[in-house]
Amino acid sequence: MVAQPKLDQGAALLAAYAQPSGAAWMNDARAKARASFAAMGAPHKRDEYWKYTDPSALTAIPTADADLFSTDAPIMFDEIDRVKITFVDGVFDADQSDDLALAGCSIETLADVAATDIHWAKELFGTLEAAGQDPVERPLAALNTALATQGLVIRVTGTCPKPLAIRYVHASETSDALVRHLIKVEKGASLTVLESGAGAARFNSVLEVDVADKGAFHHVRSQGRDHERKTVTHMFARLGTESLFNSFTLTVNGVLTRNEVVLELLGDDTQATVAGACAGDGASFHHDDTVFITHDAVNCESRQVFKKVLRNGATGVFQGKILVQPDAQKTDGYQISQGLLLDDDSNFLAKPELEIYADDVACSHGSTVGAIDEDALFYLGSRGVPHKQAQDMLTLAFLGEALDEIADEALRGEIETRLGAWMERR
Amino acid sequence: MLNIKNLQVGLEEENKQILKGVDLEIGEGEVHAIMGPNGSGKSTTSYVLAGKDGYEVTEGSATLNGQELLDMEPDERAAAGLFLAFQYPVEIPGVGNMTFLRTAVNAQRKARGEEELSAGEFLKVVREKAKTLKIDADMLKRPVNVGFSGGEKKRNEILQMAMLEPKMCVLDETDSGLDVDAMKLVAEGVNALRDGKRSFLVITHYQRLLDHIKPDVVHIMANGRIVKTGGPELALEVENNGYADILAEVG
Repeated sequence: MVAQPKLDQGAALLAAYAQPSGAAWMNDARAKARASFAAMGAPHKRDEYWKYTDPSALTAIPTADADLFSTDAPIMFDEIDRVKITFVDGVFDADQSDDLALAGCSIETLADVAATDIHWAKELFGTLEAAGQDPVERPLAALNTALATQGLVIRVTGTCPKPLAIRYVHASETSDALVRHLIKVEKGASLTVLESGAGAARFNSVLEVDVADKGAFHHVRSQGRDHERKTVTHMFARLGTESLFNSFTLTVNGVLTRNEVVLELLGDDTQATVAGACAGDGASFHHDDTVFITHDAVNCESRQVFKKVLRNGATGVFQGKILVQPDAQKTDGYQISQGLLLDDDSNFLAKPELEIYADDVACSHGSTVGAIDEDALFYLGSRGVPHKQAQDMLTLAFLGEALDEIADEALRGEIETRLGAWMERR
Repeated sequence: MLNIKNLQVGLEEENKQILKGVDLEIGEGEVHAIMGPNGSGKSTTSYVLAGKDGYEVTEGSATLNGQELLDMEPDERAAAGLFLAFQYPVEIPGVGNMTFLRTAVNAQRKARGEEELSAGEFLKVVREKAKTLKIDADMLKRPVNVGFSGGEKKRNEILQMAMLEPKMCVLDETDSGLDVDAMKLVAEGVNALRDGKRSFLVITHYQRLLDHIKPDVVHIMANGRIVKTGGPELALEVENNGYADILAEVG
């Protein structure tokens, strides 16, 4: 029995956006998601899955304004040879994007695909999101499937020659954007996707990623620094045999961020990593990583590495689960979540979960919260390193374990630079 | 060089006096040793000089070449030329030993208004000094002191000392936890830095370290004070008879 206020708020949300229309198959997919969302209702802080994060700013109508953020800092990933793709307030901007014609990689806009009667996306669009609704409901992802008209539909058949760098520009203080990407990495193919920027005052993004056997998907994301932005993201991925999945997210600033990652390891010998580093400042900062990894095959490895540095009353949340199905023998699961509190006012809330039905697995998990090590600070001081610099060094060292999960050195360098700049501003 | 006058120190957290008026003067190029039983205040003296939190100085002063150390932050004391080799070097996960060394060297150079060393220059110097202390490339790459053996940690302290080139070196029980060979290696490292100008304060329980690092002056500390001062022979006396005789003699 779903509480009436949830249903009412859900209905109000659906009514607040125009229902898009496209090809018949797309209309079907959207209608299914719309019905699913209507039945679930909007998320509410009384929901178990939203216990530590109040979703009301993500479901309010209309969304609260968010000031634009201006900076002299170079745009993210500027040093990387990449295919530039730009969305402004959630709308694809061809003028600010590179040519999307690439060898081994087809990139179309969701708007074009949605209007196409016969398209491979028919078999995939919305299906990973729908599968990810069980056993935990993710209404805001269903809402995205039902309503999003903007995004990319990507199919990689070889090794994509350059990373696709998607930049989300936040240009209007009142923008409320839904962005949806669908990514299909074919057998043996490989793709790197970079994301950066706030996107909108309120930004709801969903990525569906299907990685076929021996495929590889790399993802590095830097969420926008706009202080008042509200963001909810979902990433649903299905991983085939001997495939590789690696996703890293850096979050600094933003008033509310909820990043959900739902992975299903379906083929044997798959490796999946989800990592995140977060630096939060101020009582209004709230950041939530919610991860659900299902092991459904033999001899797979998954890693969750999340680190948060919090100060001046900031709040960090981690909800991470590893579910090992009965046949997923030889699973190697690792999960670590750690909070570094730079003062007594900040909070780190963690709910690590393991649910294991196979008997030959190795799963380790740890969750810690603590202050900066005073002995280490003194040690650095005694060697001549000033207090502030020593504190920054120890903070970066703390986040380092998460950054180390980024395989590409240049990309890791970009993230380190961004973090260094955050510390400089303090 | 170092001039400690009537230094009285208690713990901030509890009402307990640890140093009850320490007087000590170390001239340029001199090597002094402080010996004494457990709980006499030896390590507290070294921590207070370096500026560790948790101690309250109620009386007295400690100057390095005329500059009052007790008014400075730990990093300022280091830049002024003080170095403390820790009894228990701290592990810093996530910070590479090389990065740590270079940051420290350059922070001090910057504080003194000198030009920072480039990565290349630094690497050349550190490799050379590490070699004489038998510190291999792997130890330089690993996080600071993490997974180091007792001997490796102490050698790493001496490497830091060699890189930072302090004026006044305080060695807090550098011999603890070392086997004979490791102690020799550490002592050789220290002796290599004796240049007639640099001064040393060697804190130890045992005379054996002083066989390798020969002191000019030996002090006996007990109950928060220096109770007796003499030449190297004083250390031998302690080794042969223990502290009881000396303590009885000074009352």
